Amino acid sequence: MTDMLVPPAQDLFHDWRDGDTWLAGGTLIFSQPMPHLRRLRDLSDTGWQSITVSEAGLEIAATCGITELHEFKPPEHWRAGPFLRQSVEEYLASFKVWNRQTVGGNICASLPAGPMVTMGAALEAQYKLLAMDGSDRIVPAINFVTGDNTNILQPGELLRSIHLPMASLMRNYTLRRFSLTKHGRSSIYLVGTHDTKSSEILITVSAATIHPVHLRFTGLPSSEQVRKAVDQLIPAKLYFDDPNGTPAHRRHLTYVFAEQIRTELSAS
Amino acid sequence: MAIRVNGRTFEAAPNPGQCLRTFLRELGLHGVKKGCDSGDCGACTVWLDGEPVHSCLVSAVQAERHEITTIEGLADGDNLHPMQEQFLKACAFQCGFCTAGMIMTCAGMNEEQRADLPAAMRGSLCRCTGYRAIEDALNAVTNIDEAPAAGKAVGASVGPADGRGIVTGTAQYTLDHDITGLLHLKVVRSPHAHARVLSIDTSAAKAVPGVVAVYTWEDVPDKLYDTAGHENHLVDPDDTRMLDQVARFIGQRMVAVVAESVGAAEEGCRQVAIEWQELPAVFDPSAAMQPGAPLLHEGSTLDGHLKRPASNILLEFNKSRGDVEAGFAQAHIVHEATYNTPRMAQAPLETHGSVTWIDETGVLQVRTSTQTPFLAQAKLCYLFDLHASEIRLFSKRVGGGFGSKQEVFTEDLCLLATLDTGRPVQWEFTREEEFYGAAPRHPMRVIVKLGALADGTLTAMKMDVTSNTGAYGNHGGEVLYASSNSMTWYRCNNKQYDGRAVYTNNVPSGAMRGYGAVQTTFAIECAIDELASALGIDSLEMRRRNVVVPGDDVGIERSPGDDVLGGYCLDECMELVETAMARGNGVEAPSGDDWRVGSGYAISMFESSPPTEHRSEASVTLLADSTYQVNVGTCEFGNGTTTAQAQFTATALNTTVDRVTVVHGDTAASGWDTGAFASAGLNVAGKAVALAAQALQLKIVNFASRYLGVEPNDCVLGADEVRSGKASVSLVELFAAAEDAGVTLAQARRAYGSPISNGFNVHGVRLAINTTTGDIVFLQVAHAVDAGTVINPMALRGQVEGAVVMGIGGAVTEWFQNGPRGEVLNPGLRMYRIPNFADAPKVEVYVPGTADKFGPFGAKGAGEPPIDPVAPAIANAIADATGVRFRDLPFAPPLIFAALQPTAAAQP
Ligand SMILES: Cc1cc2nc3c(=O)[nH]c(=O)nc-3n(C[C@H](O)[C@H](O)[C@H](O)COP(=O)(O)OP(=O)(O)OC[C@H]3O[C@@H](n4cnc5c(N)ncnc54)[C@H](O)[C@@H]3O)c2cc1C
Ligand code: FES
Ligand code: FES
Repeated sequence: MTDMLVPPAQDLFHDWRDGDTWLAGGTLIFSQPMPHLRRLRDLSDTGWQSITVSEAGLEIAATCGITELHEFKPPEHWRAGPFLRQSVEEYLASFKVWNRQTVGGNICASLPAGPMVTMGAALEAQYKLLAMDGSDRIVPAINFVTGDNTNILQPGELLRSIHLPMASLMRNYTLRRFSLTKHGRSSIYLVGTHDTKSSEILITVSAATIHPVHLRFTGLPSSEQVRKAVDQLIPAKLYFDDPNGTPAHRRHLTYVFAEQIRTELSAS
Repeated sequence: MAIRVNGRTFEAAPNPGQCLRTFLRELGLHGVKKGCDSGDCGACTVWLDGEPVHSCLVSAVQAERHEITTIEGLADGDNLHPMQEQFLKACAFQCGFCTAGMIMTCAGMNEEQRADLPAAMRGSLCRCTGYRAIEDALNAVTNIDEAPAAGKAVGASVGPADGRGIVTGTAQYTLDHDITGLLHLKVVRSPHAHARVLSIDTSAAKAVPGVVAVYTWEDVPDKLYDTAGHENHLVDPDDTRMLDQVARFIGQRMVAVVAESVGAAEEGCRQVAIEWQELPAVFDPSAAMQPGAPLLHEGSTLDGHLKRPASNILLEFNKSRGDVEAGFAQAHIVHEATYNTPRMAQAPLETHGSVTWIDETGVLQVRTSTQTPFLAQAKLCYLFDLHASEIRLFSKRVGGGFGSKQEVFTEDLCLLATLDTGRPVQWEFTREEEFYGAAPRHPMRVIVKLGALADGTLTAMKMDVTSNTGAYGNHGGEVLYASSNSMTWYRCNNKQYDGRAVYTNNVPSGAMRGYGAVQTTFAIECAIDELASALGIDSLEMRRRNVVVPGDDVGIERSPGDDVLGGYCLDECMELVETAMARGNGVEAPSGDDWRVGSGYAISMFESSPPTEHRSEASVTLLADSTYQVNVGTCEFGNGTTTAQAQFTATALNTTVDRVTVVHGDTAASGWDTGAFASAGLNVAGKAVALAAQALQLKIVNFASRYLGVEPNDCVLGADEVRSGKASVSLVELFAAAEDAGVTLAQARRAYGSPISNGFNVHGVRLAINTTTGDIVFLQVAHAVDAGTVINPMALRGQVEGAVVMGIGGAVTEWFQNGPRGEVLNPGLRMYRIPNFADAPKVEVYVPGTADKFGPFGAKGAGEPPIDPVAPAIANAIADATGVRFRDLPFAPPLIFAALQPTAAAQP
């Protein structure tokens, strides 16, 4: 590491060089050796508004602190409102890490057990990405993470914001999570949401798989349908194999939790 | 840039990639500790604008915008912060290495966080206490007796002497000092499990700016040695070289780079180019013993140590009494099964580290994180052909050891570099290096065969142990030897033990709390339970019918031994735990159909001193201000022995503990001490201190009687004076008179670890296990410990809680995972999960307090062995709950699931 730069808010890509890396809270970057990094571009001075509520939903800046999101009090009528806070709490890291971490940093770290990755996927967020040439694009959260610690970001591309649509925030939800130790890193994390009008059920499987997977059902599915969806949409190689769980255990719990979510949401 | 810390402004320029932790330490704020450098342990916690953060995760440059508070800035002058007071009064620490970070975390919590401690305490790890004393501190509970009266220290909960230093962050640990011109050492580790070095190109490494020297196998003394430390070095095999031309496991240190900064040394390591010739490797001990297996130490001249190099067998031995086959023939029932125990990391919060330099007089100085200063000094003397007078080795406070610091892992290379460059050299292990460079617990495969009559009486016991020592011997021989002890607490005339330690291309294993005993206690105590249930006998009743009682031989062979039952209370320990479990604690299992509840017990017996030679020499001296100084060689790493030694001294000399200073852990400051392991800090060094203090008491009284012209028998030594009827003389005056008379009011004594007393542990657990997820929840945990006469109730409670929680770690949360080439898959505290606050249940601790005939003041050291019966009790409870017997540790949920639902687990 040779340099650190705080780019001006109006020109974040100013003087971009090969080997530059975005620095948000730094909790991933500083938690491991980083011989390959040349220069950090510090995002502390963007001036981005962390959280904006509108009719369309919730706009979270990539630089929004995890603690800020935890303390945010959503309007009472948002059925999935409490899920925002729960998402943070389902996190292995301590509140002392939350004090530094950002929502965007967690999404861009793109780990299977990323709580913000799960939140974005489960609430069908849209991510706004800024490219070096000044253009931008909007991508659905479910497509963002592509594997363990990999994502669709192009070199230099910056995650600007996370948009949670109002329709998602108005859904009923429930979740199931398991970690090998109490308050450990997620071995598996499933979230189900239910649109009572269309009676669509969406089950997001995460942490058990190298990237989040959507199991979407129009109308209340049967146990059999849920099991089939798991089999069809999650081939064996998608189950994550790391010290926090085995693929077999993760698949087993995926069946069990998906069924529990189905039963619970069907009753709501 | 200007940075505000503890209300002061510092002008300094951190480098762009530097984290706040190392930056603060460079400013001299050594209260900011390192346990991981990855945000997992919390030892580095500081406040940014009043909010706790892990300083290892914060960019020093970014911190410029904030007001920083470290532990050094928490107190208001001499007035401690309430949380510091609470930690002191609760005695919420042992080694104290986590304490500064704990206090900064606890003092920075808001109400909501205080209300959910299991959640708020993630990211705050303590390897010593088991967290209950920390919870007490948060709840402002007082656990220590503040000022026991003169002569009343033994039996009181005396807090550690440097408690204030610990809670203020000023107590010095190994690397907490600044030294000018310091060089940093880093090593290149082998990427191959077995390979020969063909060539090493160090030119690029030497060209890295800041790199001062690079050392390879060609630069080290041509000597074989063993990293382990024992009084008699011949019990350990000499099979290791400081740097070798052959790599025998992934992670073996191959090349050392010394540079002006850690960063330059690391860059130097990356630039070293090694040309390898890969060799076939073997990882499983059974395979390693087969004909044709790759040989690790073939052709090695191990002068008789290596038993069978052609089979990779480091050592084997057999012990027996009676006729086991006849015993099995006589049995109504025979149980035979195989049990497997895994690697486990000691994971002391302070990683290994040393710093070496040459002082003004030319004496080599080695400041290091060790449990055995004299043995480490002797090892270095051997390696570098030095005389003991040419080298001083010492430790400051040590941030936990648990056995891993009974070995020379960092001192040797630092010394090599200091001898070569003439400059101070430091090597601090990263957390990852703890998993490769320090030696974890030996995995063992244990086959147990037991025969019994229908009434449960044992007729024969047989145990066959295969210990995987990894690529080098380290403690392999002694651990194997210790593994046979688990056959000693049952009386049976027919016993047979066969054991062997086998080389494989894995990380070498070493010493860990419960040395060899943890592994085989698991096997024996599970097997006894299985036998009891096959016979339909209650498991504790089964044990009552078979345990040794006073008058019995202990030991496997019929040979003269110095093992004795110096104070017996196993019956009482069982009774205490059984009663506690029957009483219950009202905690219920989580609700849901898939939870099953079960209870289990296990017992164990331990030797209160090491089986091989162990000796210690201590002295006690009266000083001019009527205080005493103890000089003793043992180290303080949270074991509490220096506190116990002060208590012995204060009691023998009828004074108060605040008038006793213990100078310890320094080869230049005391006579020989074999080291603090296997409870010897209390039983051997403590005995030497007690004997010296008692002898000094006599000497003072005799001198005073002459001085006062009265009979010695009429003289009473008090804290300030010696009195005889109306006549008295103050200790200040007496000291001066002694000086004038040419008499030194000081005494030294030596003590040995013989005879060896035995102590007991009994563990009971009730747990709930989820048959769907494999999750385990502890509902009640009760533990009885035989510590002889209790010297310090709070210290004992802390040791037991810490040991039990470590046992729970080894049984449930800690899953040491290796890949197919022996590589460690989870070498860090994020993935290798030592118990967190949330994983640690409350432990009910019961203590009979039966005096030991041989220990100092009737005590037995009891810090190490409470871990022994924990895992088998858990296994027995799981079997009780599910009807399924788990014979392989650990009980991680995916493994439990695989056993309970084999069909689901096998789905392709
Ligand atoms: C103790 C501990 C426990 C952890 N446990 C978990 C866990 O359970 N689950 C989990 O998922 N993770 C876990 N992590 C890792 C975690 O994902 C990261 O530490 C954190 O989320 C990163 O956030 P940050 O703001 O600090 O990002 P940084 O460390 O600053 O950056 C993270 C990465 O994202 C990039 N980046 C950041 N912001 C942007 C942006 N706006 N646009 C493009 N790229 C960007 C950075 O270049 C970097 O590659 C843990 C970390 C620690 C220290
Ligand atoms: S050293 Fe920072 S959390 Fe462990
Ligand atoms: S006292 Fe907590 S780690 Fe030693």
